Amino acid sequence: MESTVKHCTDSSSVIRPLTIIGLVLLITLSVFGETAAQSDEPTDDEVNAIAKQLYCPVCENVPLDVCGTQACAQWRATIHEKLATGWNEEQIKQYFSDQYGVRVLAQPPTQGFNAIFWAVPPVVFLVGGFFVLRFIHNIRHKQQSATGQPVAEKTNVDDYAARLEHELEQWR
Amino acid sequence: MTQTTPEDSPAIPEATHAPQRRWGQLAVWALFAALMILVGIKLHQVTLGPVSSGGAPDFTLITFNGESYTLSDYQGQVVVINFWASWCGPCELEAADLEQTWRDYKERSVLFLGVDYVDTETEARTYLQKWDVTYPNGPDLRTAISQVYRIKGVPETYIVGKDGSVAETIIGPTEYARLAAILDRLLSE
Repeated sequence: MESTVKHCTDSSSVIRPLTIIGLVLLITLSVFGETAAQSDEPTDDEVNAIAKQLYCPVCENVPLDVCGTQACAQWRATIHEKLATGWNEEQIKQYFSDQYGVRVLAQPPTQGFNAIFWAVPPVVFLVGGFFVLRFIHNIRHKQQSATGQPVAEKTNVDDYAARLEHELEQWR
Repeated sequence: MTQTTPEDSPAIPEATHAPQRRWGQLAVWALFAALMILVGIKLHQVTLGPVSSGGAPDFTLITFNGESYTLSDYQGQVVVINFWASWCGPCELEAADLEQTWRDYKERSVLFLGVDYVDTETEARTYLQKWDVTYPNGPDLRTAISQVYRIKGVPETYIVGKDGSVAETIIGPTEYARLAAILDRLLSE
């Protein structure tokens, strides 16, 4: 009887640490497992990093990351969904472009007709700069010729006066 | 006489550069005019408003089930094109009426096409299930269909007559009685 009790006591003393270790392992695994699952879940920052490069056609001129309509909320949910399934930024932007057209992209593609949106601003800037420089050059040229004329006349008058003075001196 | 000679001399190179300068100016003005024409065309399109008469712009709709519908294939039938979205509150006001009209008229040479504008597929499918919509519905890929119809928002409904021209344009939610009256008139023509 005593031995049985002792045996029972012994077995329980062995089981107890195992149980504790098992529980600790279980809790550890569940915590790490949850952490691992959470790390796969895209954060709002990751979603917004892509969302700010997109514009919903319903709310023009409002980037998707700050747009408050239901349509935009649905689009952000789609970005979240795609990120969670492992899509990268380019794939997601391509998906939105294919689905809703290139006008949803904050930066239009550089190919095809859209290249005009990239080409026009620098061309306008260069042409504008050329005209401004030419305008400034013309003004300077006019100012020079305007100031140069009286100076030349003054010089001629001075020469004439000097010559007159000289001849008068000789006459005296 | 001696003063005029130096002033005249710079005029000679200017005269030789004049044609080049003229071409340059012409090119700049041509570029500017082209830009203005582009802007003008775009502004004109914006001010035109939704399509309300004339031939209905042709399009192909790929439904959520993968079926393809090309408008021009249905000449001789009356086609109801409804633009909607799952995020659109007013669209829900007409959803049941549209479905009921479709069920009542589908055997009478009438086709309904639902064009889902700027929407997400999951929510769109949920919306279609919620309202038990059975007529063909598909996404407006690249907003191509809404652009040719120049829609201003959703819901909008375009009814194409048997001759392929736009017979009615309904901006905002519609209802059974109005749709039925239009369809009866167009079917009797």
